[in-house]
Amino acid sequence: MIALATRGLNKRFGSLVVAKDIAFELPVGARHALIGPNGAGKTTLINLMTGMLPPDTGEILLGGENIATLAPEARVRRGLVRTFQINSLFPNLNALEAVTLAICERESVARVWWQRVTAHGGVIDEAHGILSSLMLGNDCYRPTRELPYGRQRLLEIALALATRPKVLLLDEPAAGVPRGESAELFAVVSSLPSDISVLFIEHDMDFVFRFASRIIVMVGGAILLEGAPREIAADPRVREVYLGKSSHAASRHDGARHG
Amino acid sequence: MDASAISSPQAYMRLQARWRPVELAFWLATLLPFWLTPDYLVLASQIAITALFALSLDLILGYAGIVSLGHAAFFGLGAYTAGLIAKYGWGEPVTGLIAATLVAGIVGYAASLIVSRFRHLALIMITLGMGLLLAEAANSASWLTGGADGLQGVKIWPVFNVFSFDLYGYVAYSYALIVLFLVFLLARRIINSPFGLSLRGIRENAVRVPALGAPSRAHLRKIYTIAAAIAGIAGALLAQTTETVSLEALGFQRSADVLVILILGGAGRLYGGLIGAIIFMVARDQFSGNTPQFWYFWIGALLVAVVMFLPNGILGGFAKLASRWSKVF
Amino acid sequence: MIGVLFDGFAYGMLLFLLSVGLSVTLGMMNFVNLAHCAFAMIGGYVTVTLMNQWHWPFLATLPLAFLGPALVSVVFERALYRRLYGASDLDQVLLTIGLAFVSVAVAAYLYGTIQQPVRMPDYLRGSVTALGLTFGAYRLFLIIMALGITLLLAGALEYTRFGAQVRAAVDNQRMARGLGINVDAAFAITFALGSGLAGLGGALAIEIVGLDPSFAFTYLIYVLIVVSVGGLGSIGGSFVAASLIGISDVAGKYYVPGLGAFLIYLVMIALLMWRPAGLFGRR
Repeated sequence: MIALATRGLNKRFGSLVVAKDIAFELPVGARHALIGPNGAGKTTLINLMTGMLPPDTGEILLGGENIATLAPEARVRRGLVRTFQINSLFPNLNALEAVTLAICERESVARVWWQRVTAHGGVIDEAHGILSSLMLGNDCYRPTRELPYGRQRLLEIALALATRPKVLLLDEPAAGVPRGESAELFAVVSSLPSDISVLFIEHDMDFVFRFASRIIVMVGGAILLEGAPREIAADPRVREVYLGKSSHAASRHDGARHG
Repeated sequence: MDASAISSPQAYMRLQARWRPVELAFWLATLLPFWLTPDYLVLASQIAITALFALSLDLILGYAGIVSLGHAAFFGLGAYTAGLIAKYGWGEPVTGLIAATLVAGIVGYAASLIVSRFRHLALIMITLGMGLLLAEAANSASWLTGGADGLQGVKIWPVFNVFSFDLYGYVAYSYALIVLFLVFLLARRIINSPFGLSLRGIRENAVRVPALGAPSRAHLRKIYTIAAAIAGIAGALLAQTTETVSLEALGFQRSADVLVILILGGAGRLYGGLIGAIIFMVARDQFSGNTPQFWYFWIGALLVAVVMFLPNGILGGFAKLASRWSKVF
Repeated sequence: MIGVLFDGFAYGMLLFLLSVGLSVTLGMMNFVNLAHCAFAMIGGYVTVTLMNQWHWPFLATLPLAFLGPALVSVVFERALYRRLYGASDLDQVLLTIGLAFVSVAVAAYLYGTIQQPVRMPDYLRGSVTALGLTFGAYRLFLIIMALGITLLLAGALEYTRFGAQVRAAVDNQRMARGLGINVDAAFAITFALGSGLAGLGGALAIEIVGLDPSFAFTYLIYVLIVVSVGGLGSIGGSFVAASLIGISDVAGKYYVPGLGAFLIYLVMIALLMWRPAGLFGRR
């Protein structure tokens, strides 16, 4: 069962090609990683899939349905949700309010202006539940801008989870999180429900090898190759992409040094 | 706020929406002019009307983040609607008020179709342009609006056929104050509703909200329409309590003044427009006198000071003080 | 018809001089400076004072009408504006409107609220006949001056190192900083230049539209229209938009006087809806 797929996705800005014939499939329940050097087009791909950027050509299939012409809000409503590489939160709202907002939107309660939020107690409780499961329960009453960066990153994921996604696109979830706070993040990601399909962009290889069952490598707007983590780690082309062509000279040098 | 002091998330949210004692004190204080300053009731009714207008701007600016330089358009529409209805024979105030609300609301909805699609400079310019457009049109259509001379022959009947508008302003102030309070209750309910929460989300981060599946443009259209309708109510009140309407009801000066008033008091705090209106109107009454340029010198200096030192207005300054106090004690 | 086009184009050139500074600084720093036309007003009053109090010849006052506002803008920029570069649109709008209010009040206090009369030198009054048509001498002078300045600006932007830095900063501020370009200094200089040009425009405007303290707001609206229609950061855009607005305004007032400014506002709204970033803008 394929949760998300793209076929022949192309996008260019003048002569700059940011997406070239992207075709890939994300099965239900998958934990796939998207890696590649800076500028490879990884975030662009997420922007294309979520509708923040319109593609030139191609199809985007969510659960078999082509969503390429739908507005971003509509895609979220169908279960395709992303987080942002740089936290995109509500600085003066606290975490409880933010997640409550997300749930109200999900339940279409947000258009209600004649009742207090407190009349929808179930929503508030659910929000608190989500925050507690992400270890934010004690911080949920403080304005978001007062939270430490690692906590904000968790809130970023909490907001996405509040929408009950079917497919979750995490854009560098570990980015900027100090070593001391990354344990919580790892715990949260590993406890994500197994029926959610996850694609994450990451540079942190610890994270990638820990959580990914399959890795996709992107370079210059195109998919270079994909495969199981061990294959990717051993593939010389991947080393070349990150280290340049002199990488095999370096390994020879290494070999000589170690005798 | 410490999580240990809060019994449950629901209790916390209820706490946020509860009426605070200082609010009750404020509304009781609005009754004081009847006893303390009975000579100034006409001014008091003007303040109440301006406060209502500022409240309507707060809904779009303070809560949804829409910067409008043309909000007086709806005030003027309400004023002219109420004035024209009375001039052409139907002087009943409450129904006139309702008619003005409808007209302002409908035009507001039409405008919102455009306004909801833009941000930043384009939005500022479009709201400015729409306001100026309406002012020009009103000027040209002098057969309808009376042009620069204003609307003549507006006669308002007594409220509920009992309370006739007297020269001292007792009825005018009571009428304006009651309407202000009722609309305030409505605004308060909106702010504390799920819709109000979404609006604050849009103000805080307009990009994130659609990424949560929210129809943000529809939300913006809704609040803009509501705010336009409320501005129309304020305009109608002005027409009915003064029995005149002139072009400055929809002019740029009025749009700019209400913006200054809201910022002075503090946007996004519901009471900011009310406080700002009181301070602005009282000060203007006292100081403006013969030399309007002195008035604008001090308003300009005050604006600069507020932006540089008191970014959340007077109420924001109080809030900061209050939070510092609570940390000390 | 040619007469209307000529007058319209001259008016457009005036609007261009008043607007170009705001367009470039808005494009560079995204700073909404609604006090821009207050600088124009200051330039006008510099010329008035020099001519009426100290009997300077008109042309000699122009460099000072440029320098005066430029210096004042440097003071404002150092003391106030630079703290608000990252602030919200609203805060910038309010600060600069406040400064404009203060400037207008000071001008009204010093000069009163009636229009200031100045007498143009004889060689700029009257008209010039060419190709069988008569053109107003002053308007001709205005057009030549504005075109000369446009060429100077375009040339400086294209061929000098400073110009290249400005272009880079308008295009991508973060990248420009990363390349070692002193964006803040470039902005301060550009801002002073733009305010100076506005001041020059204000001085030149006296003969065409008159000068009183309300100039700072009346023409601000036109300047904002030119800038938002032409596109932020674009000299060419300002040129085209100013010409368009100038011609439409004069033609409108001549052929359809009942409509008045209505047409301009309508055109602006329509253009902004079609191209929110302006005709030549990039966002």
